[in-house]
Amino acid sequence: MKLLRLFCGLVLVSLLAACAGPQLRGTGDLGLIIERASGRVALINTSAQQVYARIDGLGDLSHASVVYSRDGRYAYVFGRDGGLSKLDLLEARLVKRVLQSGNAIGGSISQDGRIVVAQNYTPGGIKAFDAETLELLSEVPAEYAPGRFSKVVGLADVPGNKFAYALFEGGEIWVSDFSDPKKPVTQRFPAGKQPYDGLVTPDGRYFLAGLFGEDGIALLDLWQPEKGARKILENYGRGEEKLPVFKMPHLRGWSVAQGKAYLPAIGRHEVLVVDVATWREVGRIPVRGQPVFVMARPDGRQVWVNFAFPDNGKMDVIDTLAGQVVHAFEPGKGILHMEFAPRGENVWLSARDDHKVLIYDTANFAKRGEIAADNPSGIFFTSRAVRIGF
Amino acid sequence: MSIRRASVWPMLVWLLCSLPASAASPDPARQAELIRLLRQDCGSCHGMTLKGGLGPALLPATLNEKPAEGLAATIYHGRPGTPMPPWKQFMSEAEAAWLVELLMSGTLK
Repeated sequence: MKLLRLFCGLVLVSLLAACAGPQLRGTGDLGLIIERASGRVALINTSAQQVYARIDGLGDLSHASVVYSRDGRYAYVFGRDGGLSKLDLLEARLVKRVLQSGNAIGGSISQDGRIVVAQNYTPGGIKAFDAETLELLSEVPAEYAPGRFSKVVGLADVPGNKFAYALFEGGEIWVSDFSDPKKPVTQRFPAGKQPYDGLVTPDGRYFLAGLFGEDGIALLDLWQPEKGARKILENYGRGEEKLPVFKMPHLRGWSVAQGKAYLPAIGRHEVLVVDVATWREVGRIPVRGQPVFVMARPDGRQVWVNFAFPDNGKMDVIDTLAGQVVHAFEPGKGILHMEFAPRGENVWLSARDDHKVLIYDTANFAKRGEIAADNPSGIFFTSRAVRIGF
Repeated sequence: MSIRRASVWPMLVWLLCSLPASAASPDPARQAELIRLLRQDCGSCHGMTLKGGLGPALLPATLNEKPAEGLAATIYHGRPGTPMPPWKQFMSEAEAAWLVELLMSGTLK
């Protein structure tokens, strides 16, 4: 009798297994982690908090960044060596890879999802690719003066199939319109000394370029570009000697929370707070190092800050209601990047020198888990697919 | 004297010669720290593989035209007007000079 029951059980199990077929997956809770030193990415599920596959052979991934197709299925990985790789998150495979420049810094995807644009240091400029085939459509060399090319920083997509970006040597903001993807039309705006990165506000209206060569930020109203770029937060250092900056901060639309922008000060251990309605400074929050990423939790109640070397083991959490740091801790060695779960209940931190990605609960700061990864740097979730400026 | 031992010597000599051999060479543990700093932290701007980024490439071909003392001073004191910060709180002048020798020697893989 017992044997019969066991036999029936086995039959049932094997029948169920046969019916299950291939496992279906949605893309909404997927993402990837860059393993910078090994040219590899780990594909992750943010609900299960697990790696489900790895993809190798992606070249030099130091400072790699990622954008997603609007269905969240394909990841476009921009490598430092100019490699542009298209990955399929569902089939967990490399679809196509092109070497598009000598030295690249990132990219963005158009409003309609059809054009992927890479921003390059060498040769300085941007290049547009068909998101489907990675075929080169057009390029805009960053030739700001005859024979002089600039490194491009801060590239972000903006409504109208346009892209805004800044020229480090050129000191300008450029806006290129790819309505005709093979014939982009570019407008130029003087911005200030040495823009180091840029961001578009989450509504797509304003482009901000952070300046390294002077205290201040250049602001362009994309709804009224004829007014030109103007400076905000001018002279926030007021002649005080700057502290050395051992790593450039990164800007993106994630800095905007509750009607305010939280921006890293250059050469100061502070986060600058700007009212987005008036673009006036409304506060400064002291932190424990030179901020690199200043990222708001999706609901805007918290802003998490990591730091440049030698303070890159620290994290400070600002409560935007209190206007001050409410939690300061040292989660690991070499905290390079962070990414919030789509609705912000967790944050994932890459601890490069610990070879781990750490997952924290943002409500009570308790550690919720960790994932082994080889020299992890950037973490990118598919929730970026639907955001303007990414 | 075995054949095996004899064959090791040229290798050792080659290894020693290929590393910068200034009088003030840091000890091996410190060398490893400095190389890590070079890749990870100088690498933030110059690229982890030192092929350049916001900062210029640090490969022998791009450095060999420049005087070593000037390069060491750039590391130690920084270069005002550019994003290059001073690294003097993390190393001595001799260690900066050792890093320049290492970079120019092309032995860093």
